[in-house]
Amino acid sequence: MEKKRWNKTAKNNAVTYGIVVLFWVAMTLWDQSGNLSSLMRGLLVPVCIYAIMAVSLNLTVGILGELSLGHAGFMCVGAFASAFFTNLMKETIPFTPLRFALAILIAALFAAIFGVIIGIPVLRLQGDYLAIVTLAFGEIIKNFVNILYVGKDSRGLHFSIKDTLSLGLEDEGVVLVKGPQGITGTSRDATFTIGIILLLISLFIILRLIQSRDGRAIKAIRDNQIAAESIGINITKYKLMAFTVSAALAGVAGALYAHNLSSLTATSQNFGYNMSIMILVYVVLGGIGSIRGSMIAAAVLTVLPELLRGLNDYRMLIYAVILIVAMLLNWAPAALAFREKYSLKRLLGRNKTKEAE
Amino acid sequence: MKKFTKFVATACVAALALSAIPVSAEETGTFKIGGIGPITGSTSVYGQAVMNAAQLAVDEINAEGGVQFELNFQDDENDQETAVNAYNTLKDWGMQILLGTVTSAPCIAVGAESVNDNIFQLTPSGSAVECVQYDNAFRVCFSDPNQGTASAQYIGEHELATKVAVIYDSSDVYSSGIYENFAKEAENQGLEIVAAEAFTADSKTDFSVQLQKAKDSGAELIFLPIYYTEASLILTQASSMGVEATFFGCDGLDGILAVEGFDTALAEGVMLLTPFAADAQDEKTQNFVAAYEEQFGGTPNQFAADAYDGVYAIKAAIDQAGVTPDMSASDICDALKVAMTEITIDGLTGTGMTWTADGEPNKEPKAVQIVDGAYTAM
Repeated sequence: MEKKRWNKTAKNNAVTYGIVVLFWVAMTLWDQSGNLSSLMRGLLVPVCIYAIMAVSLNLTVGILGELSLGHAGFMCVGAFASAFFTNLMKETIPFTPLRFALAILIAALFAAIFGVIIGIPVLRLQGDYLAIVTLAFGEIIKNFVNILYVGKDSRGLHFSIKDTLSLGLEDEGVVLVKGPQGITGTSRDATFTIGIILLLISLFIILRLIQSRDGRAIKAIRDNQIAAESIGINITKYKLMAFTVSAALAGVAGALYAHNLSSLTATSQNFGYNMSIMILVYVVLGGIGSIRGSMIAAAVLTVLPELLRGLNDYRMLIYAVILIVAMLLNWAPAALAFREKYSLKRLLGRNKTKEAE
Repeated sequence: MKKFTKFVATACVAALALSAIPVSAEETGTFKIGGIGPITGSTSVYGQAVMNAAQLAVDEINAEGGVQFELNFQDDENDQETAVNAYNTLKDWGMQILLGTVTSAPCIAVGAESVNDNIFQLTPSGSAVECVQYDNAFRVCFSDPNQGTASAQYIGEHELATKVAVIYDSSDVYSSGIYENFAKEAENQGLEIVAAEAFTADSKTDFSVQLQKAKDSGAELIFLPIYYTEASLILTQASSMGVEATFFGCDGLDGILAVEGFDTALAEGVMLLTPFAADAQDEKTQNFVAAYEEQFGGTPNQFAADAYDGVYAIKAAIDQAGVTPDMSASDICDALKVAMTEITIDGLTGTGMTWTADGEPNKEPKAVQIVDGAYTAM
């Protein structure tokens, strides 16, 4: 019995990894055949970014069971930390893969630190309160980055929250972070292959965590906190663990984002609560707690608005309608019953039982 | 039979392969111009203006005969990632020349793409320095440093004031960019900045604190490197607080007289440095404004004027270089890069405009003053 269950999980994991690898193979072959449109090629890295965001948020929302609305804030931290590092080390580390790898690690580290800082006070709250505080956190990060100025000259780094003049740079000094203008000129190191590798690593970390002893403790907290506490599970430790891992992976997605575009600014479009809610939509639509589902939902919903470009002004309207319809199909009781009745598994299962007879 | 099946299969594959080849522009005989800008979202005013004015210019040029244009304008929601997607969409469409993008941050992101593909890029209104950092990119508007420096020089040279207060939007690229360069140049001009008060996009309705500080500091002139919506509020609040300083602004202030419910008497005496004023008396501007109002409604702003000039600049550069629509985008780009520095344009935003190889336009900023509810050249 125990062995059979393990087999089922392993099979499930293999399917998840398989989908990602298959996607990579298909897209690479398509690209090499020369028929892949520029639009699709440009969307490959964003698909990886948002898939990582969705699976990492699913850890907080689906597995830990806490509603976090500040996930884009962690992405912002990772994006700016990594872009800052890359620009700072442009001359010191000319070897791009090493620099980019370090930038990703730094992004994960900084996002994790922020995860802990936010997590310790915030995870004492639950439900709506936690949602509101994380929402505020995301906005604070965004606004803070918008007033941050950092410059570099021979005397070292200079920081200011006023303007570039008050940095007091020497004449040959360069301004690395320019407040609302953000960071420009980050080398574009992110590729589809690196994105896929990072997605696979994120999936590996999350699936391992969920299926480990720690993961079962986290799920126990989600299902009944009092019961979990009564059997001696350290609530704070496990909540913080899930929250921090989730934040660190969002930081990795941020590093990919920052190295995919040559100009990085913190606006409400990319790092505001709009984005946090967009990622929550991926998770909810893909299935709360279903890692594979949220990954697929993220990929589909990233590509969809671009495919709808032909509709011009009606684009976002149609997109919203599609979201509502998809949500109904996923969660409405009647739709669920319909799916249950005509599910592939069941039809196949019935055939099998018939054959057995 | 087997042979026949094979033949059909081969034919099908061949047909598929052929259909996959993009239809080249030579069949249509027109230049494919792509446009990118925000037509939805909070900055849609600028994108809409550019889209409309560019369409107006394209229609005029097509009606003339000669060089024919086809414009495809894509939305970027003022977001870098969406802007790159829009750019890729246009590339799939077969874009040969890019007019865009409208706002600065997306423009920088798209610039990195267009230089890779070697597609000629002319931004009507991307004012950040980095927008034209590559040699394939040019702009129609002034750059932020250019405006800040020019404003300080103008105030210094005409001895308008020695004590200056600045109220600016620290969360806005345009505004903070101008302020910084204004502050740098002010020192050289012997101007003293007695107060530099910032506000952000989240708190742009009440300016009494900033105005009070400016008033207390004894400033003779208040410099407003901001957009007209906030400026109209500042002027209204300043008049009720009894601030007597002169107000001086940049091209963002253009449009202030058209703000609904704004008492234009309050703007009396306000000076602004702008390349375009919708109620200027020259024939070109009047024709443009009339055509724009008739076709789209509403008065065109300076973004529209920049876009209109941009399309004509592209046409002039095409005529100069003698490129034809059947050439590849890369060849067109190489030719236009050179031609762009050789042309001279008399447009809405300046007469005798020329471009340098680093992409900056060479035109005189015009200072206008609001007298009796109308812009008057100074």
